[in-house]
Amino acid sequence: MALDRVRIGFLPLVDAALPILAREQGFAKAEGIEIELVRDMSWATVRDRLLYGHTDAAHMVAPLALATALGRGRPAVAMAVPFVLGLNGNAITLALPLADQVLDGDSLGDPVVLGARLKTLALARAAAGERLRFGVVHRYSSHNYMLRYWLAAVGIRPDVDIEIVTISPSFAADALAAGEIDGICVGEPWNSVAVDRGVGRIALVTAQIWRRGVEKVLAMTADTLAQRGDTVARLIRALHAAAAHFVDADSQAESAAILARPEYLAAPVDPIARAIGDRVRLVQGAEPVHVPDFMFQYREAANFPWRSQAAWLYSQMTRWDGTPFSAAEAETAQGVFRPDVYRAALAGSGAPLPGASSKIEGAIGGTGVAAGSTQGRLILGRDPFFDHRAFDPDDIPGYLKALP
Amino acid sequence: MRIAIIDTSTTRAAIISDGLREAGLDDLVIIDSGGRLVAQLEAAAPEVVLINLENPSRDVLEEFFAVSRALDRPIAMFVDQSDAESTAAAVDAGVSAYIVDGLAKQRIKPVLDLAIRRFQAFARLQAELHEARSALADRTTIDRAKAILMKRRGIDEPAAYGLLRAQAMRSNRRIAEIADAIITSDALMGDM
Repeated sequence: MALDRVRIGFLPLVDAALPILAREQGFAKAEGIEIELVRDMSWATVRDRLLYGHTDAAHMVAPLALATALGRGRPAVAMAVPFVLGLNGNAITLALPLADQVLDGDSLGDPVVLGARLKTLALARAAAGERLRFGVVHRYSSHNYMLRYWLAAVGIRPDVDIEIVTISPSFAADALAAGEIDGICVGEPWNSVAVDRGVGRIALVTAQIWRRGVEKVLAMTADTLAQRGDTVARLIRALHAAAAHFVDADSQAESAAILARPEYLAAPVDPIARAIGDRVRLVQGAEPVHVPDFMFQYREAANFPWRSQAAWLYSQMTRWDGTPFSAAEAETAQGVFRPDVYRAALAGSGAPLPGASSKIEGAIGGTGVAAGSTQGRLILGRDPFFDHRAFDPDDIPGYLKALP
Repeated sequence: MRIAIIDTSTTRAAIISDGLREAGLDDLVIIDSGGRLVAQLEAAAPEVVLINLENPSRDVLEEFFAVSRALDRPIAMFVDQSDAESTAAAVDAGVSAYIVDGLAKQRIKPVLDLAIRRFQAFARLQAELHEARSALADRTTIDRAKAILMKRRGIDEPAAYGLLRAQAMRSNRRIAEIADAIITSDALMGDM
């Protein structure tokens, strides 16, 4: 039987692992799919190839899928996200001269303590007319929102006290080395590449800002989902199997070697292996430290597209674009995430399926809670934001009003 | 109409700008995407920006346009969105065009069409170059394989070539592939 071809666009990042492993380890073939991967260097290109039919689906920063559906910066195209490729896995890396001033010891920074020090320094720099400059990978990226969420919560006004610019992930280390920027919020392996080159020090991981922050998603146009529903369901099953394989300790070295190949990340294997194993080398030459939940690819139904995650991203989009909250836009944004498609694809597979499609984000503390599920047993672990605010998707205006 | 061209390939940038000049569009600025893109664009203040799809600076460019809009400066948008066909053609050819809002469709269309043709011309050039290079490599490989056969079997050059060709036809492979296999096995077997 001929295999069903699916072309998937991606950027060279560790969290592009699931489509790559689905192809390389035969999970796609087992579902009758042949995955073809198309690598790009910018998110704008990944999006354009998707919209104009060069690709059928894409590895995409979650907010960009929402921005495309909402017509931010370009005409709106209805989008669908039936699968989350993973949570977190990003870090904030500071240029060494800045790191020396605000970090001490050889452990990860504390978001509150580091934030207070950074604030003092940022304000002094701004007063001297030379604002600190941070790089994120795209205007509509989780990196941008995580960084801004943290900065604002510690009293630093992004765009006023500091500057945030866009920089392609693969060039982040170069920009740090050249002194063009003072810090980056980027996905792996690019923080570790900067560390190994001796041009930066990892200060925080984004899991410290929001323990269960949604990161890359599998995005496609709503048209593609409508026309190729059966193929999409098989793709979801293949990606889910790849996620289970990804977190299996026995397969990590092999996964890292595959991702490092020239046609995928074209990057050194060592930092990739560290990221997969939740180990982070903070500074050049140091022993990597274990960071629990650094990258979250499978457990606790991590791949389930919670509508409340889309709602949180939308809240940040209105916050930082300076556009007013709109109930219609909030509904469109949440409608991009398709828990119904995820459930239908994995029904009968043994994968835990949450009964609800939305939850209060950041409200689970202690050792976690058991969540209602229509299939399988599901325990959701702690998911706090570092400032302990919870996000209720049914009251976005109230949430926005309470934010600094 | 001022047009900015952002391209990592200087050859391609030259091919595009030549074409635009021939068409009478000579207010061109070539922007070095390795440098400070935003500052250069600000200084150039173009009405149209042409950038290749593979350029990693595209995200920087979109950020710049979004911020410019917030500052109440001219709005820039992706190529004429009402015309999905020509946008798709542009993406196919590998070119992205951003235009300042309000620029009449009749004015941007010829620029875009020209850019697409020029991108395709560049792609053809690349393909021809690649072909020429691999043809040259093939020739060298075949010559080396012939030399090996002549020495090992004590035959002359036409006979060696005949052997290669016959084997290629039998196994339905290219002569260069057979030659490559002979060189590899010769290297492995040595003077056995």
